[in-house]
Amino acid sequence: MARKVTLQRKLGFTALAWFLGCIMFFPIFWMILTSFKTEIDAIASPPLVFFQATWENYQLVLNQSDYLKYFGNSVVIAGGSTILALLVAIPSAWSMAFSPTRHTKDVLMWMLSTKMMPPVGVLVPIYLMLKYMGLLDTRTGLVIIMMLINLPIIIWMLYTYFKEIPSEILEASRMDGAVLWKEIVYVLLPMALPGIASTLLLNLILAWNEAFWTLNLTAANAAPLTAFIASYSSPEGLFWSKLSAASTMAIAPIMVLGWFSQKQLVTGLTFGAVK
Amino acid sequence: MGNIVLEKVNKCFGDVEVIPSVDLDIKDGEFVVFVGPSGCGKSTLLRLIAGLEDLTDGKIVIDGVDVSDSTPAKRELAMVFQSYALYPHMTVRKNIAFPLKMAGMPQDEIDKKVMAAAESLNLTDYLERTPGLLSGGQRQRVAIGRAIVRSPSAFLFDEPLSNLDAALRVNMRIEITDLHKELKTTMIYVTHDQVEAMTMADRIVVLQAGNVEQFGSPLDLYNKPVNRFVAGFIGSPKMNFVKGKDADEFNAHEIGFRPEHMKVSTTKGRWKGVVSVAEHLGADTFLHVKTKEVGTIVTRSDGEINVNYGDTVYVSPNTDKIYRFGADGLAL
Ligand SMILES: Nc1ncnc2c1ncn2[C@@H]1O[C@H](COP(=O)(O)OP(=O)(O)OP(=O)(O)O)[C@@H](O)[C@H]1O
Ligand SMILES: [Mg+2]
Repeated sequence: MARKVTLQRKLGFTALAWFLGCIMFFPIFWMILTSFKTEIDAIASPPLVFFQATWENYQLVLNQSDYLKYFGNSVVIAGGSTILALLVAIPSAWSMAFSPTRHTKDVLMWMLSTKMMPPVGVLVPIYLMLKYMGLLDTRTGLVIIMMLINLPIIIWMLYTYFKEIPSEILEASRMDGAVLWKEIVYVLLPMALPGIASTLLLNLILAWNEAFWTLNLTAANAAPLTAFIASYSSPEGLFWSKLSAASTMAIAPIMVLGWFSQKQLVTGLTFGAVK
Repeated sequence: MGNIVLEKVNKCFGDVEVIPSVDLDIKDGEFVVFVGPSGCGKSTLLRLIAGLEDLTDGKIVIDGVDVSDSTPAKRELAMVFQSYALYPHMTVRKNIAFPLKMAGMPQDEIDKKVMAAAESLNLTDYLERTPGLLSGGQRQRVAIGRAIVRSPSAFLFDEPLSNLDAALRVNMRIEITDLHKELKTTMIYVTHDQVEAMTMADRIVVLQAGNVEQFGSPLDLYNKPVNRFVAGFIGSPKMNFVKGKDADEFNAHEIGFRPEHMKVSTTKGRWKGVVSVAEHLGADTFLHVKTKEVGTIVTRSDGEINVNYGDTVYVSPNTDKIYRFGADGLAL
């Protein structure tokens, strides 16, 4: 009897999970589908599920705009900001996790609170600051901004992973004569590697997909793939299937990365919950 | 060398004063054990010596050098933790080699020293395993190996054996004692196990609420406890205490007598009582005797005594072995 109930539950949860998964994936699926339609098919009503597939949109998009330039900018901005943020976040999460003070919790809350503010609230000051520093529409400027934007989340994630590491092991390394950087490089980082890897991946994804700052602070030179997509919703009208093709090309690299690292991502994100 | 001197050492965590003021002079080569009830500050004191906690006030001097503000690395002490604190991502070999690597020793010398340490601790077969695949006793050995490779000026142990089962604990206790005899290096050892303290120590520090109650050899503490706390803490089963007219008779506020210094008789004696617990351990028998006059008295007699639960017996202390205490708890 008991077994039957659990089996039903299992089936129920599995069905629910698939259902939710399908709902979440549907827009992406539809986008990919649309990218193979002609512009006429794309706006057909009722929507077409069966149609004559074409590569035309991809060819057009590739010919019209410099995909590789946008792609390169995305790589530099997402990768650079994530790595820079990790370099700052690892020591700060270390100090908050292993030598907390009375105010550590407050600092963490304060950092998180910056994420609660609508970004548009600081758009003008940041725009002006970048302008005066001559960093508008430069990769450097964007790397710095994206690093600052994602820093709170990176520190929070690392902090929770570091908290799981028994401080006695770090103390043992101190007794064994390790100075601070050796303690971090030889003991802390290898032990926190799953957590650091998933932080890195998650932030690559966040930074890759970030649109507000990248659209507002770039023009021709430093524009990443988000701007590449946006350029297809132009004043001359919407080109659905070209827009879809551009979007598909923009998210493809990060989807492939996510697909291959999903195991790492899941273990990292549930770190500590298991065991 | 490993002469460790604590001068007016004081430690507060926020507003809580955990160690009011401790003075200790630990001689080179000595085996010193810290004992005391849970939460009395044994670990804190050890961590202060190690440099893992900052002093609030006072001074720590190792071999004539004031190390109060030095990092743990500079103090050249080795520590063995209760949880072993091995590096889970390194093999046993790398674990043991770690302190040498940190000291920047050439690789061939490291290999030699690691092999020597592994041989002396019977770890040669496990060198390529990670700590997760070892038993508790083996992990403990690795932790000790990691401590001995670089010949520190003193070893610090924080309840290193409390996660082991009883039989293994006895073995490791003997191994650590042998190690001390062989290396002749200062060792400071924290434990709450009476037997460990009594058998291993050259001198014992009895702590209570962060204060040193007494610092002396095991037999000193047993024979001449300076106060009621030490008298009650050292010895197992615990000393019996009696107040009132029985104490007055000895010119004291309170008297104490150890279970092993009690006579048990079925016919006559000082106090009459009923056996409420009889623990037959084979070699020894512990009796808990409920008396009308002085409450429950614990006695220790040899295993042959034929007394059981519910029997009526007479117990009398050996008057030569009575400890006398004043109203302030100090020994008279
Ligand atoms: N980091 C800390 N912050 C605040 N209080 C602490 C801290 N570490 C220890 N204490 C307090 O200091 C006191 C002494 O702790 P300590 O760990 O030294 O006791 P102990 O004698 O080792 O006890 P046990 O035998 O249980 O290990 C305790 O009351 C403890 O709550
Ligand atoms: Mg302790």
